[in-house]
Amino acid sequence: MAETLTVPTMADYMARGEAPEILFWVGCAGSFDDRAKKITKALVKLLQKAEVKFAVLGTEEACTGDPAKRAGNEFLFMMQAMMNVQVLNGYGIEKIVTACPHCFNTLKNEYPELGGSYDVIHHTQLLRDLMKDGKLKVEGGSFKGKRITFHDPCYLGRGNGEYEAPREVLEKLDAELSEMKRCKTRGLCCGAGGAQMFKEAEKGDKEVNIERTEDALEVKPDIIAAGCPFCNTMMTDGVKHFEREDNVQVLDVAELIASAADL
Amino acid sequence: MIDYMEQVLHYLPQVLFAVALGVTSYFFYKSIARIRRNINLGRDLQLEGPTAERWKTMARVAMGQTKMVVRPVAGIMHILIYLGFILINIEVLEILLDGLLGTHRLFKPLLGKAFYSFLIGFFEFLALLVVVACVVFLYRRNVHKLKRFWKPEMKGWPAKDGNYILIIELILMSFLLIMNASDPTVDGFLISGFLKPLMPADEGTLHLIERVAWWGHILGIFAFLNYVPYSKHFHIIMAFPNTYWSNLNAKGSFNNLESVKKEVELMMDPNADPYAAPPEPDPNAAVLRFGAKDVKDLSWKQLMDSYTCTECGRCTSECPANQTGKMLSPRKIMMDTRDRLEAVGKNIDEHGPDHDDGKALLGDHISAEELWACTSCNACVQACPVNIDPLSIIMDLRRYLVMEESNAPTELNSVFTNIENNGAPWQFAQADRFNWASE
Ligand code: SF4
Ligand code: SF4
Repeated sequence: MAETLTVPTMADYMARGEAPEILFWVGCAGSFDDRAKKITKALVKLLQKAEVKFAVLGTEEACTGDPAKRAGNEFLFMMQAMMNVQVLNGYGIEKIVTACPHCFNTLKNEYPELGGSYDVIHHTQLLRDLMKDGKLKVEGGSFKGKRITFHDPCYLGRGNGEYEAPREVLEKLDAELSEMKRCKTRGLCCGAGGAQMFKEAEKGDKEVNIERTEDALEVKPDIIAAGCPFCNTMMTDGVKHFEREDNVQVLDVAELIASAADL
Repeated sequence: MIDYMEQVLHYLPQVLFAVALGVTSYFFYKSIARIRRNINLGRDLQLEGPTAERWKTMARVAMGQTKMVVRPVAGIMHILIYLGFILINIEVLEILLDGLLGTHRLFKPLLGKAFYSFLIGFFEFLALLVVVACVVFLYRRNVHKLKRFWKPEMKGWPAKDGNYILIIELILMSFLLIMNASDPTVDGFLISGFLKPLMPADEGTLHLIERVAWWGHILGIFAFLNYVPYSKHFHIIMAFPNTYWSNLNAKGSFNNLESVKKEVELMMDPNADPYAAPPEPDPNAAVLRFGAKDVKDLSWKQLMDSYTCTECGRCTSECPANQTGKMLSPRKIMMDTRDRLEAVGKNIDEHGPDHDDGKALLGDHISAEELWACTSCNACVQACPVNIDPLSIIMDLRRYLVMEESNAPTELNSVFTNIENNGAPWQFAQADRFNWASE
C-alpha cells in the first residue's frame, strides 16, 4: 500500500528561506512502529487538509529521551535532550505538535531547563483548535450510532491536566461518547508507561492492559479511542486477548477524524 | 498548720495539672525536634515560596480536604472527625485554663449561660458524630475488611495503629460526654442531657465521676498528643506544611538532575579540552550520588512526605501495578521511607552522625522488583489526599539502580544502546527514520 505523502522537512523550508508555522514532532513510535505510522499519516493528512504550514525533522529527529529518563537513565536522557535542543534551536523552532503524549510531556516540561523552550501541544489540542477556528470540518455521518470510549493517556491527562481536548474533538463525530467507569483523573494506565513498553512486566497475576481493556469493553464500545501510540498498542493487544478484534476497533483520535473527513 | 495543709490540698490539683502539661509539652517538643532533624537529613531542595498559590493549595487540600471527598463515604466521615477535632479544641482550651487556674467552667460566665449551653451542646453533637464516624471506620477496617487496609504492608503495627487512634478517640469522646453528664453545676446539654438520668444521685459519687472523667479526658488528650508523632496520625499536623510545599509543576514533569546535566554539558562541549586534567576533587564535598540509595539521598520534601503519609492506601488501590498483583505498593514506598528514616535518626542519636549501619532504603526495604513494576502513571500522586509524591522516590531509586549499579533489566539495557546508537528505542537505523512518508 504505497501512498507517498509529500511531507516537507525543516531542511526543505530552510533551503527556501522560509519557516513553517509548526513543527510536527513524529516521535520514535510514529516513525518506526507500523501501527503508529498510520497515526502519523492520518495527522499529516489532516494538517494538509487544514492547510497548516508544518514541517518534520525527518532523519534529524531523535528520541526525546523519555524512555531513558523514566527508566532512570538520566545520562542518556540528557544527551538526547541536548542534541535535540541543538537541532530545534538551530532551526529556530517555536511551536511543536506531536501525537505522542510522552514526547509532548518531555518536550514541554523537561526541555525548557535544558535550553529548549517551545510552545508544545498535543495533536488533540491542535485538532480541537483547528476545528474551533473552522479550518478543519468533519462530517460525523459515518460514525452515527457508533459508541466510542476514550482512554486517557497518563501523560496527557494526569501528567498535564488535559482531559477535554480529545473529548471535544470526538464529540464532533456525532457518535455516542461513553465514559469508562475509571476515566479522566482516575483513568487507569494502559501499562506501557515508565519504560514498561520495552520490558517484560514484573511478576503479578494479570497484565495491566488486560485490566484496562476490561474497563473499556464494559461500556460495549464499537471503537476504543486512544491518543497515544503506546496506549494504542496496549489496548489493541487487550482487544485481541479477548478475541474481540472483529467488532471493537482501537483507533487514534487523529485516525477517527481523518476517516470522518474521508482522508 | 492545718491552714497550710488545706492550702496545699487546695492548690495540689493545679500543681499536678501544670506538671502534667509541662511533661506533655516537653516530650511533644522533643518529638517535633527529632522529626525536624530527620527531615533535614534530606538533600537540599530549593522550592519557590511563599507564594499565594502555595497558601491556596494548602487551604484547598489540607483545610478543605478536597481530595478526601473523591471517595464520598470516607471523605465525609473524615470531615466530621476533622471538624469535631478542631472545634472541640475550644472546649479543651477551657479545660486547660480551668486546670491551670483552678476554676470550673471558666467560659460559662464569660460567654453567658445560654450561649455557653448552646456551644457545648454543639460540641457534644460533633462528639456524637465523631463517635459514629469512628465506629464506621472501625467497622470498615476490621469487619468489612476494606481491601486497601489489608495489604501486606499493613500487617502488625500499622493495622494496630489505625485501630488505636479510633479507639482512643472513642474513649476521649465518651469521657467528654460523661464529664458533662455528671457535672451538677450545669443543666443537661444537648447530648449528655440524655445521660444525666443514668448518673447516681449521691453527690459525692457524682463528683468523683465528674472528676475522673475530667482528668481522664485531659490526660487522655495529653497522652494522645505524644502518641501522634509516632503514628500515621501525625498527618493532622504534617498535612499543612506538606500541602503547602506541594509540587506545583505538571505531574508528568520529572526533575532534571543537575549533577548529570553538568557532566553531559562538559561531554558535549566542543571547546572542552579532552586531555585537560580533571579539576581537583574537593575533599570536603559530599559524595554526589546519581539517584538515591538511602534516605539521605532523597530531598527534605520527599522525607517530609513520608512523615505525612496517613497510610490510607488510596495510592495503592489506584496503582495499576498493585491492582494486577505486582509487588509494588506506593503506600509501602512511603512507609518504608519513614521507617528507614526513623532508623537512621535513631542511629544518629545512639552512635553519632557518622555511624553507618550497613543498611539502606534500597535493597533492605525496597526491592528492585517493586521499582521496576511502576508505570510512572501518576495515579498514586493524583489519589493522595495530602499531596504526597511516591513516584518521585521510585524514580530516584531507579536512577540509582541504573546509573550507579548498572542494574537495569536486560531489555532496558538494549533500549539504552538503541537510543544511543540509533536515536530510537528499537533497532532501526536513524537514516530510516523518515521512511514512513514514502512507504
Ligand atoms: S506511578 Fe507507579 S506507583 Fe504510582 S500508581 Fe502509577 S504505577 Fe503505581
Ligand atoms: S501516600 Fe498518600 S495516598 Fe498513599 S497511603 Fe500515604 S497518605 Fe494515603
